[in-house]
Amino acid sequence: MNKQADIIIIGGGVQGCSIAYNLAKRGQKNIIVLEKNTCANGSSGRCGAGFRQQFGTEMNCILARESVRILQQLSEELDYDIEFNQKGYLILAYTEKELAQFKKNIQLQQSLGIASRLLTPKEAKEIVPPLNIKDVLTASYCCTDGNVNPLLTTFAYAEAAQRLGVKIYRFTEAQKIESNHNQVTAVLTNRGRILTPKVVNAAGGFAKEVGEIAGVEIPVYSQRHQILVTEPTTILWESMLMSFSRNFYFQQLPHGSIVGGYGDPENEIIGHDLGSNWEFIISMAKKMTALIPEVKHVRVIRQWSGSYNMSPDSQPILGEHPQLNGYYMSVGFSGHGFMLAPISGKMLAANILEEETDLPINKLDIGRFKRGELILEPSVV
Amino acid sequence: MDDNTIICRCEDVTWGEIRKQLDKGYTTLDEIKRITRAGMGRCQGKTCQRILLHAIARYLNKKVEEIPLSTFRPPTKPIPLGTLAGENDE
Repeated sequence: MNKQADIIIIGGGVQGCSIAYNLAKRGQKNIIVLEKNTCANGSSGRCGAGFRQQFGTEMNCILARESVRILQQLSEELDYDIEFNQKGYLILAYTEKELAQFKKNIQLQQSLGIASRLLTPKEAKEIVPPLNIKDVLTASYCCTDGNVNPLLTTFAYAEAAQRLGVKIYRFTEAQKIESNHNQVTAVLTNRGRILTPKVVNAAGGFAKEVGEIAGVEIPVYSQRHQILVTEPTTILWESMLMSFSRNFYFQQLPHGSIVGGYGDPENEIIGHDLGSNWEFIISMAKKMTALIPEVKHVRVIRQWSGSYNMSPDSQPILGEHPQLNGYYMSVGFSGHGFMLAPISGKMLAANILEEETDLPINKLDIGRFKRGELILEPSVV
Repeated sequence: MDDNTIICRCEDVTWGEIRKQLDKGYTTLDEIKRITRAGMGRCQGKTCQRILLHAIARYLNKKVEEIPLSTFRPPTKPIPLGTLAGENDE
């Protein structure tokens, strides 16, 4: 194991691997990624695989749009088939309030060059023929949203980074981040100390703890989210189905299996318990069979869970910590970390290397909470 | 066992595909599963996990008990969504 690095990234998930790749691509040498288990073992490999641009804030729309632009050519760039599948997100509105919000969102999205549009229930059914449109008032649809394999995307970034000289140490846990006069100096791991002037916290569900081991406070917490997958079956439809008021998202992947989940912030466990429960699988099955009755014969084969690392405004925190020089953060993605990783990794790499970026990274700094400049997203599950 | 031997029957994964990942340095059952889908299908590894464990151990020149298992997740056997949703199945 090397005893010195120019930059150490803590976390071998999609964020850490994307940051490492983007730094190396810009010519940075001597980068080490520390992963306490194996790559994509945490939230990256547990997510729902979707990417969407249909958001309600300018910030999220721009980040998502730029991420999709990268994803469209990422298999080629990383020389790895990441199963990119652009078949759209169909978001259903059941209430007048949602309808009004969708109209507002679509206006914003279109002004930013995102190909979303409002559909009638009948038009929605043309896109997803087996859809039960009972009570559906309208739908918001964007054909350039879709899904991509989150496991393979993480491994693709990891391998591309390694080809550019990045070292990834598996089963290596960061235990303490040492500093002197508010400047990062070293990371102590279970396999020894590595000297470094720069550290990146890309620890996903463990972002808060990776702040604590450096003595800095990061206002995030982790909450469990559950998800399930069925056996593969004949392709019945292709778009992601989603609703905010009825609280679900599910889609059939090109492989034929159906993956989906919902958010339950009132009841779900805060912390690192990644078990599953019976209530989730029953409630999710009810939502799925109500919407696509044909799936009632399809069998669930696995349920699991992962962490949403929540920030006070459900937006990521990117950039250097004001109290500790050389301590960078890519945390608090609040459930959108996988889909934003292509762009957030690129933005943070530019930020660390003090290169210009036309993307609004400064607005995502940790100082926004003290300044009261929160970016509140109305459209989340 | 040669490169064309199918290890995971649910997802049609051959030994050749698995060996390629071992050659790249992915040595855990979880990594092999996440990259190749071996053990991710309908039987959730109940058929192939044991075969895969032995194959990985032999490749790494280790004992089977030294290779950590993947987490088995619920449900124990596949259940139709309709049954879970409380419908009568015919």
